[in-house]
Amino acid sequence: MKEVVEFQLNGRATTLTLDADRLLLWVLRTDLALTGAKYGCGAGLCGACTVLVDGEAVRSCMFPVREVQGKEVTTVEGLASDAVLHPVQQAFVEHDAMQCGFCTSGMILSAYSLLRRNSNPSGDQIIAHMEGNLCRCGSHKRVLEAIQTASRKMNGGRP
Amino acid sequence: MRPDEYCFCEPEHVSDAFTLSRREMLKVLGGITIIFTAGEPLAAMEESLALAQQRRGGRYPDEISAYLHIGEAGRVNCYSGKIEMGQGIITSLAQMLADELDVSLDSVDMVMGDTALCPRDMATVGSLSTRQYGPALRRAGAAARALLIELAAEHLGASQDRLAVEDGVVFDQDDPGKRVSYAELARGKQLEHRIEASTTPKGRSELRICGKGASRADAEVKVTGLARYCGDIRVPGMLYARILRPPMHGATLEHVDTSAAEEIDGVRVVRDGDLVAVLHEYPDVAERALARIEARYSEPERTVDNSNIFEHLESLAPEAETFAAAGDLDEGRRLAVKTFEVTYLNHYVAHAPIEPHTALVQLEGDRATVWASTQAPFWVQGQAAEALGIPAEDVRVITPFVGGGFGGKASNRQVTETARLAKLAGRPVQVAWTRQEEFFYDTFRPAAVVKVKSGFDRANRVVYWDYDNLFGGSRSSEPVYHIPHHRVLSRGSWGGGGHPAHPFSVGAWRAPASNTNVFAMEQQMDIMAQAAGKDPLSFRFANLVDERMRRVVEAAAEKFGREWAVAPSGRGHGLAITDYHDTYVATMAEVEVDRATGAVKVKRVVCAQDTGEVINPDGVRLQIEGCITMGLGYVLSEEVRFNGGEVLDKDFDTYKLPRFSWVPQIETVLVDNQEMPPSGCGEPAITPMGAVIANAVYDAIGVRTFVLPMTAERILRALRES
Ligand code: FES
Ligand code: FES
Repeated sequence: MKEVVEFQLNGRATTLTLDADRLLLWVLRTDLALTGAKYGCGAGLCGACTVLVDGEAVRSCMFPVREVQGKEVTTVEGLASDAVLHPVQQAFVEHDAMQCGFCTSGMILSAYSLLRRNSNPSGDQIIAHMEGNLCRCGSHKRVLEAIQTASRKMNGGRP
Repeated sequence: MRPDEYCFCEPEHVSDAFTLSRREMLKVLGGITIIFTAGEPLAAMEESLALAQQRRGGRYPDEISAYLHIGEAGRVNCYSGKIEMGQGIITSLAQMLADELDVSLDSVDMVMGDTALCPRDMATVGSLSTRQYGPALRRAGAAARALLIELAAEHLGASQDRLAVEDGVVFDQDDPGKRVSYAELARGKQLEHRIEASTTPKGRSELRICGKGASRADAEVKVTGLARYCGDIRVPGMLYARILRPPMHGATLEHVDTSAAEEIDGVRVVRDGDLVAVLHEYPDVAERALARIEARYSEPERTVDNSNIFEHLESLAPEAETFAAAGDLDEGRRLAVKTFEVTYLNHYVAHAPIEPHTALVQLEGDRATVWASTQAPFWVQGQAAEALGIPAEDVRVITPFVGGGFGGKASNRQVTETARLAKLAGRPVQVAWTRQEEFFYDTFRPAAVVKVKSGFDRANRVVYWDYDNLFGGSRSSEPVYHIPHHRVLSRGSWGGGGHPAHPFSVGAWRAPASNTNVFAMEQQMDIMAQAAGKDPLSFRFANLVDERMRRVVEAAAEKFGREWAVAPSGRGHGLAITDYHDTYVATMAEVEVDRATGAVKVKRVVCAQDTGEVINPDGVRLQIEGCITMGLGYVLSEEVRFNGGEVLDKDFDTYKLPRFSWVPQIETVLVDNQEMPPSGCGEPAITPMGAVIANAVYDAIGVRTFVLPMTAERILRALRES
């Protein structure tokens, strides 16, 4: 059964007519050609598919597209504005906070959702928030450093 | 990799490019190309590596063609048959070429793992890229620079010895107004040039870009989501496939009913013998359809699981091969005042890259283009050709960014499946394994048994070492210490070699064999140190004559602290060292063990590494950190649970990878040894992780598990039994 789903995607009004049981991850990756969100497990266990729905990090591999109705979806492609990297992205670049990069979009969006709520998280808060994002390459140390740097930047340079 | 050429590979471009030979294609690109031909001294120079590879079943390129191209806009394409899977050669290879050419680093674009464009290459394995491809690339760069200087001399009417180059501009040192860029020299010309035997790359002191930290060339495309991995690529008419899988290895399909799946709109079911797949324009719909297929399998008997695997392996161990030997074992045993006999075990471990195996095959007439997440594009070429029944030269393989490999993306089963399906369907097909398939078809690191007998003499010198590795493989098993009477045996290799002992496939896992060997070797050293009443550091120094290794151990101790005590000291300090393919590593760690739960918390890891010439210190540190972090998994938690041919771990809920809260304070020390050629850094630092943590755990609580992984339960059991 096809339904109409209307939502904001990276700041643009988007209307889809589709089987709304389909999962957001695959709709983004195929119908909408935004491939930044990745499949790593399809079961909410790795975080590679993380996107933001109304600013909250969700696992798009478990998220029926019906549920974005009337909401704002942000993917990693929508984070930079006018070719200027978001401070979180910038910090990931500065710290070389990736290797293969397959977990990176999910890492960045998870970090972003934390900093949005708490712009000055403690080290332990960062770890607790990021715990569900897996990285097989072992970039964790750099990711933690990058989030701290981004937090400083977003606080206008204050520690 | 350039997004325009590489990441957004539109099929139109691809088929255009494909109909041209490489030579013709470069003509289209215009500018200068440096051509290498077979039989150059270069090939001879690398012969020993080539032979080593052939012995391992690899195939070394028999022709070396173009390495680089200078475009009319002054950008430099650097071609490499190696691939980028996170290890960072996209940056370090560019550094090497930029330095030779005297161009800026950001003017170099890497084109990697494309069989139509890049020189033939065995595979991206064994931490060999910089060591193996680097020298060839440097010579190519040097030859190109020499040619460009020659052209510039003509163009400027100045003698060559007055010319210098900066950022791709050649100028007269006596008259800096006289200048011409590489881009101008290259414009409209089609030049071919051979590397002369006399071509030599720059000396260390002339290098400006190598040896300095460079941030990852792929960072920006990776943080913006623009980096393309295989699964991100779609071509017109492409269908996603989901494949019917057996419940266990060795099961045979007896009956299948696909009618319910076919009722879904747009679904196609294709079948070729055991290969049954569902195709759809959307992968999630294909997935849903697959769930509707009813299948019945006959299952073989289950005789082996995690509880009896080691007895099983021992009972099937093949004949021993001698990997290293010296002196006379009987004499060694006679000289020893104390002898030790210990068995070390490790379970199967998964690669678990976050990107699952993926491939896309597009057939056009009797030619094919294959995109694959692979460490071995040139093997893929042959494998796809065979599955399609066409000659290899009619297959072009393109390797986009690879989302982690660790040795697990070299067997390419997914490519063969995709090729068969594309042929059956008459449409381009993409296969991306699910996590469950990933855990099922992975070529696991083999379970292994290592038996070590050893002893030391009155002066605490290790004089006797009798080492037998069953199924783990031989790499890194030669003693790094001076042991006058030793023998190192190996039975069966890490690749399994088709041996029926394993219930599923096994293969190379980041530093194959070495993780198993160092776990055994370096614990054995600690056990002897303790029995001799010595601390682990001084006992090692008493047995270490290799000056280079002594320097590396010194460097680690310098950072970690020199206060070592006889274990168990209660402090939780451990040490392990290794020589991995000529990269020397010394790792020291501090752990805390919860006696109530058996849980280990690794608090601090210091790793000193001598990897010869360092091209990108930032990149090397990143690899060491990655090795240490990934290593925590196989050491503390990762064990593939199975029952006969059924793999019980199917996802990350039960198979536990290291997470943020596990990460210790990590400190890396790069030991300066710029005169030695680069020896590779993607794997070495993971290999001491088992022993260093086992030794630290012993130092903390006085027990060992002798088994990897050292789970909390195993440590608790060891505590209770002690
Ligand atoms: S793919 Fe969604 S959590 Fe792993
Ligand atoms: S960078 Fe490879 S999985 Fe995180």
